[in-house]
Amino acid sequence: MDLVSPGFGLVFWTAITFLILLWILRKFAWKPILGAVSEREESIKSALQSAEDAKKEMQNLQADNERILKEARAERDAMLKEARELKEGIISEAKEQAKSEGDKMIKQAQATIESEKKAAVADIKAQVANLSIDIAEKVIKEELSDKKKQEKLVQDMLGDIELN
Amino acid sequence: MRIGTLSAVFLGLLLAFPVTGFAKDNEAEESGKKFDPNEMIMHHVKDAHEFHIIDINDKPISLPLPIILWTENGLTTFMSSAFHHDDSGEVIVEKDGGKFVKVHEKIYQLNEGSTSVEFDDKHHPVNASKPLDISITRNVFMMWVSVLVLLFVFISAARVYKKSENKIPIGIAGFVEPLIVFVRDDIAKPMIGEHKYKRYMPYLLTIFFFIWINNIFGLIPILNGANLSGNIAFTCTLAVFTFIITTFSGNKNYWKHIFWMPGVPVPMKIFLMPIELIGIFTKPISLMIRLFANITAGHIIILALMSLIFIFETVWVSPISVAFSLFITIIEIVVTAIQAYIFTILSALYFGMATEEEHH
Repeated sequence: MDLVSPGFGLVFWTAITFLILLWILRKFAWKPILGAVSEREESIKSALQSAEDAKKEMQNLQADNERILKEARAERDAMLKEARELKEGIISEAKEQAKSEGDKMIKQAQATIESEKKAAVADIKAQVANLSIDIAEKVIKEELSDKKKQEKLVQDMLGDIELN
Repeated sequence: MRIGTLSAVFLGLLLAFPVTGFAKDNEAEESGKKFDPNEMIMHHVKDAHEFHIIDINDKPISLPLPIILWTENGLTTFMSSAFHHDDSGEVIVEKDGGKFVKVHEKIYQLNEGSTSVEFDDKHHPVNASKPLDISITRNVFMMWVSVLVLLFVFISAARVYKKSENKIPIGIAGFVEPLIVFVRDDIAKPMIGEHKYKRYMPYLLTIFFFIWINNIFGLIPILNGANLSGNIAFTCTLAVFTFIITTFSGNKNYWKHIFWMPGVPVPMKIFLMPIELIGIFTKPISLMIRLFANITAGHIIILALMSLIFIFETVWVSPISVAFSLFITIIEIVVTAIQAYIFTILSALYFGMATEEEHH
């Protein structure tokens, strides 16, 4: 029975000791330790959070970069295409122009040639006419010096006309 | 590495001393009279007024402790060495006009006119009264030693945090921090709840480490089994603290669950009221008995196994005794932590019940 009946002395000292222990430890041990532990936990949590944020920002940045790169590439492609089109346009235009110019020049040359030809022909005709008139004059002068010859000539000429 | 050496030393102590410590004790007792295991075991399990260390050639070597008595004449104090190790009431100490004897570790004051103590047939003194005894007994002494150890460990741990800027737990703080975090995250938070646990942390931490260290001290044989946490006065006091805190932090919801259980029909409410009312008291009583019985039982088993050697009066039993008590001692080391944990978690559970908010 002695074993299971609490003795007053020990109850008394336990109560006093425990209360003092509780008070001292609370003030000098539990508060600083728990404070430090939770402070550290907070700092770890915030560090992790900021790492996560940084990661996200990184991803955003990367996505941005990618987008910009893509845009730049597209722009380059567009520019190249435009340039190619422009080039082709210019070339074809130049060709066209050259062709039309050439055509014009050819036409002009042809016209010139034609007119030159005409002039030359006319000139030749005139010279030939003059020449033939001269020749004819001389021939006639020669021929007409003799009467018979004159007559023969007239005869021949008339015959020619009939044939024509 | 350091922890490895420490635990090796600790284990070595445990292995070495049960054999020598108890054996010396028992030999001395045996040489005088017939060995009584019951008396030996009770002597070890119960409190004592002196710190008995060892017997050498039948002469007890012990640390005298102050005896403090509150008598009709006021406070009387003297050292326990005044009894000359007598525990049968033969030595009478006269102090402050009173005559005191010690019988079975109890101090009696002889009635006026008596010169020696007389016993009835149950060996209770008849001509003496018991003054109020608030002596610094073996258990009180060990309790104070444990307090000094706790203060040293935790205040130096707190200093580590104060010194280091980034709050890195090095040294002793690295050892105690997991335990403190364990009490916080595995006892206080789940039992009381995220919002209210902070108020109870100092109490829970103090009670956990106070019980644990005294459980461990009770196992160290050189301290002669100062069995503080196996003493019902100790467990009773702590259980009363838990009871007081539970009762005073009880909110409306808690008392409603006791006096008018919601969600059950009225006859059931009336039926449950006395049961719940008794429950308020059975909870701390179960705390008190659980710790006391577990620790005391462990001590009794170890001592009983050792007693076998002296009961059979042969040294050949000793390997069995040593093997079994080693086994029990190792189990007891685990039990020291488990019992501290159970006392703390149940206290936290009661606080949690007292502060639980009504939920629909």
